[in-house]
Amino acid sequence: MTESNNNANQKLPLQGAGGASGIGIIRYGAGNIFSLTATLERLGIAYGMVNTEADLDQYDRYIIPGVGHAGAAMHKLESTGLVPAIKALEKPTLGICVGMQLLTSYSQEGDCNLLDLFPMKTLKFPQTDGFKVPHTGWNQVFPEKENPLFANIPTGSHFYFVHSYFIEYEPLFTLSSTNYIHPFSASIWRDNFYGVQFHPEKSGAYGEQLLTNFSQI
Amino acid sequence: MLAKRIIPCLDVKDGRTVKGVNFVDLRDAGDPVELAWNYSQQGADELVFLDISATVEKRKTLVELVKAVARQINIPFTIGGGITEIADADALLNAGADKISINSAAVRNPALIDELAKAFGVQFVIVAVDTRVMGDKNIVHLNGGRLPTERQTLEWILEAESRGAGEILLTSMDHDGTKAGFDNGFLTQVNNAVNIPVIASGGAGSVQHFVDVFQQTNVDAALAASVFHYGEILIPDLKTILRENNIEVRV
Repeated sequence: MTESNNNANQKLPLQGAGGASGIGIIRYGAGNIFSLTATLERLGIAYGMVNTEADLDQYDRYIIPGVGHAGAAMHKLESTGLVPAIKALEKPTLGICVGMQLLTSYSQEGDCNLLDLFPMKTLKFPQTDGFKVPHTGWNQVFPEKENPLFANIPTGSHFYFVHSYFIEYEPLFTLSSTNYIHPFSASIWRDNFYGVQFHPEKSGAYGEQLLTNFSQI
Repeated sequence: MLAKRIIPCLDVKDGRTVKGVNFVDLRDAGDPVELAWNYSQQGADELVFLDISATVEKRKTLVELVKAVARQINIPFTIGGGITEIADADALLNAGADKISINSAAVRNPALIDELAKAFGVQFVIVAVDTRVMGDKNIVHLNGGRLPTERQTLEWILEAESRGAGEILLTSMDHDGTKAGFDNGFLTQVNNAVNIPVIASGGAGSVQHFVDVFQQTNVDAALAASVFHYGEILIPDLKTILRENNIEVRV
């Protein structure tokens, strides 16, 4: 941790207010969420589904899940009509895997413009001897900033990844990094928006800790 | 660093695990969910369930089982056995499976790999290959190694990769059950030829065999069944020794 890594312009998100509670999971048809909801149930974290803009008010934080093709996922998200409301969210919001990639400005997967909440790009891992793609399995995650999302998680803990595209490393917004071929963003943070490339719902006890941490941010 | 994965494999029939298990603290050794939870607590990195149920009706039990596993465990798991079409895979995905494994169905209908990869992404599709040496060639076998095909194994694996396999589970039928170690020679050959993860299977009998497979080949994961089920190798001990040999594992 260095001084320059602490973003003076980052403000901590609003606390839940106005009777809203629990995690709203943005439903847009990209991937299966059974494992995610099962994990939240196991952890005793309340959640519900967000299908329309009106549903957003019921919750005090949100998860954008996502598995599969980023371009296809963005088209599905656009077809729900939720994009302007998501971009305007002020409560804590966590994108997981492709849900994280959607927060960036662009993905090479499908040559697609995305939500642009982070001025970062989602790129394909370059073909490199000795490094297989998809990046599949448990790799170490190194937090680079102080943030409650990684509370009680030792630096260098392993999380479960499975992805062929990555979000470039950017000192301002990279919350934690992982090295595969080169360092990339294992997680990102800007104001109330968070993203994790790994699957916390599949990442053992530390993954569960991260979801618990998010539920308390 | 990306950790090498240790993967116990559970055979399931009609919703129950079939191979013997002698963990002392299991209430019900035939309950796949309890066994899976136990393995996840021991530090297994991933689990594979192979469904060997004979009938389609019995396979419906599998979807319920997959849901029960997904509710209880916090590591990834793969389901194999009897998947011949998109609808089978879709039901398993929706029940919480992270990946599916196809074997004979892919050999009989290679386009199934393309269809599954297109529908669910390559990360969802493991192609399992059972190989046996005939003459001086590795030949793909079906039906648990009993039925030889016309296909040379390496050539089939390369085709599977090009069609959209996200991972290869390679079982040497010559080594399977021998407890004499993995087929490190052929695994090296396959691993060097592909750019997707390879899971080694067949022959694990001792901790040293796991050290050997990771030191002599660059495979991504090693799978075994009986040495884990019978408690001959405990995963925490295995990982300690792998780490002592400078092999990266998840703590």
